[in-house]
Amino acid sequence: MNDLLEYTIRRLIQGIFVVIVVTAILFIIMQMMPGDPIQLISSPRVSQEKIDELKELWGLDKPILVQYFYWISNLLRGDFGRSITTGQKVIDLLKSRLPYTLMLSGSALLINYIIAIPLGLLAAYKKDTILDKVLVIITVIFRAIPDFWLGILLIIIFSVSLKLLPVSGYSGLESLVLPLLTMTLPYLASILRLTRSEVLEVIREKHVSTAYAKGLKMKVVLIKHILRNALIPVTVMFFLSFPWLIGGSVIVESIFAWPGMGRLLWKAISTQDFPIVQGIIFIIALLTVTCNTAGDILTAFLDPRIRAEMKGERT
Amino acid sequence: MISQILREGFKNKTFLAGTIIILTMTIIAALAGVITNYSYDEINISNALVKPNLQHLFGTDQLGRDLFTRVVYGARIALRVGFIAVVIETFIGVTLGLLAGYYGGRIEKVILFITDLTWSMPPIILALAIVTMLGPSINNVIIAIAIVSWAQFTRVVRAKTQSIKNLPYIEAARAFGENDFDIILRYILPNIVPSIIVISTLALPSAIMATTALGFLGLGAQPPTPDWGVILSEGITYINKASWISIFPGIAIVSIVVGFNLLGEGLRDVLDPRLKV
Repeated sequence: MNDLLEYTIRRLIQGIFVVIVVTAILFIIMQMMPGDPIQLISSPRVSQEKIDELKELWGLDKPILVQYFYWISNLLRGDFGRSITTGQKVIDLLKSRLPYTLMLSGSALLINYIIAIPLGLLAAYKKDTILDKVLVIITVIFRAIPDFWLGILLIIIFSVSLKLLPVSGYSGLESLVLPLLTMTLPYLASILRLTRSEVLEVIREKHVSTAYAKGLKMKVVLIKHILRNALIPVTVMFFLSFPWLIGGSVIVESIFAWPGMGRLLWKAISTQDFPIVQGIIFIIALLTVTCNTAGDILTAFLDPRIRAEMKGERT
Repeated sequence: MISQILREGFKNKTFLAGTIIILTMTIIAALAGVITNYSYDEINISNALVKPNLQHLFGTDQLGRDLFTRVVYGARIALRVGFIAVVIETFIGVTLGLLAGYYGGRIEKVILFITDLTWSMPPIILALAIVTMLGPSINNVIIAIAIVSWAQFTRVVRAKTQSIKNLPYIEAARAFGENDFDIILRYILPNIVPSIIVISTLALPSAIMATTALGFLGLGAQPPTPDWGVILSEGITYINKASWISIFPGIAIVSIVVGFNLLGEGLRDVLDPRLKV
């Protein structure tokens, strides 16, 4: 158990380091970009003195690494700066947008797993039957459909032709259906595929044959010997796929005019509103690294083989 | 190896189906000028938003351009961008993977840390950030995709190199005084080539999807380029009146992606069945 603790601590430190380096790189590159934020907001008639004054006020006259440390220490105090285009506090924008994104990607993630695991198990158990083949073909197709086109198709089917659901915006639970489907179907296909292939792999292993040979009941073998092992990668995937869903939200939210963080990022990018872009990227990097780290630690926790490898690595 | 692929490949239905789809798409892209009767960017407002018919198989768009022509020329863009991006990411990823696996130690730590960095952000967000910095254009999309995707090659190549580098024949080569460069290039790399081919093939559809996604968001190819993502983003405005603009480019994307996925999975069955991608 001590190894696990040590591993956890090491992974956490590594995670924090990665976040710092990534945000520093992005911060530096963003600052080097063409387009001075002060020139963006001021007219050419503003005097040089006034510009220098503003630069000093915003710390833009300091070396870039110093600026980065200002920025990150402000972030830690909850100050994300202000939008260049509207002057709103970035933290307020994030506070109002993040819940929508989490609502969408969070429920997509849950629905994915609730549906995909049983179906994947079923496909593996009925391997080579018609049911399995149909499921496999469906996953192949859904994995190949880009999420933005899936969204467009769903709009054509449910909003334009059938006139059942609203096209875009947020006006109650009805508006959640299409974005949610767009986010769910492709990932559901991947999770189903993963569950199926992991179960098939475990079924072939010796300890499963042994369990059958001992005369254990089908159900017991399935739950205790197969699922327990096969679901390790699937559980880890739960954490790893969350950042992907957040990433996908940029596209899905743009199509459905969903008032979330992804759409805010897209708009900020097209208006070159860097404080917003930096703030959102920081949050996403933090979320991603947290999820990756959690996934790694969980693998070590669930899979004794990995723990054994960790011990081997140390000696 | 090629004859092995062909011999075993044509027994493998997945490989066969993928080959047929990709071959068809490539021929269509290559013969774009012969197959189509219109120009992909000639505007003819009086002919705008015509439904699919015999003159215009896929109909026309909001500027009266023939959609079939645009989708066919779009195949050229998708294949070219996908191919160049994958060549670049393969080169970077394989080189770093070989170095990390062969030398280990500090070099490996640094390389692994860099791969960790690229994984600290969802690929689409990282690509967005890169394209924002460089400005929207097809070339920058290629750079962004390559930066986002090379790490998967490094992971596999590093693991394979580690498992090979201490085999007796490598030690023999070392004993004969071969230098590291020759050992890596002539003794280790050839053993990894099958896995690299499989991963590259499976990286192509992701590259094409990323290209069209960036085009769709207005951060990739710019109008009037007939990039499939660009066409789709133009079509969404006319989704009520002219849904065909939103349908055909999507079918093209799905076909090419399914084609490469099948081809890649077929190749994996033949070349490296135990590879997990």
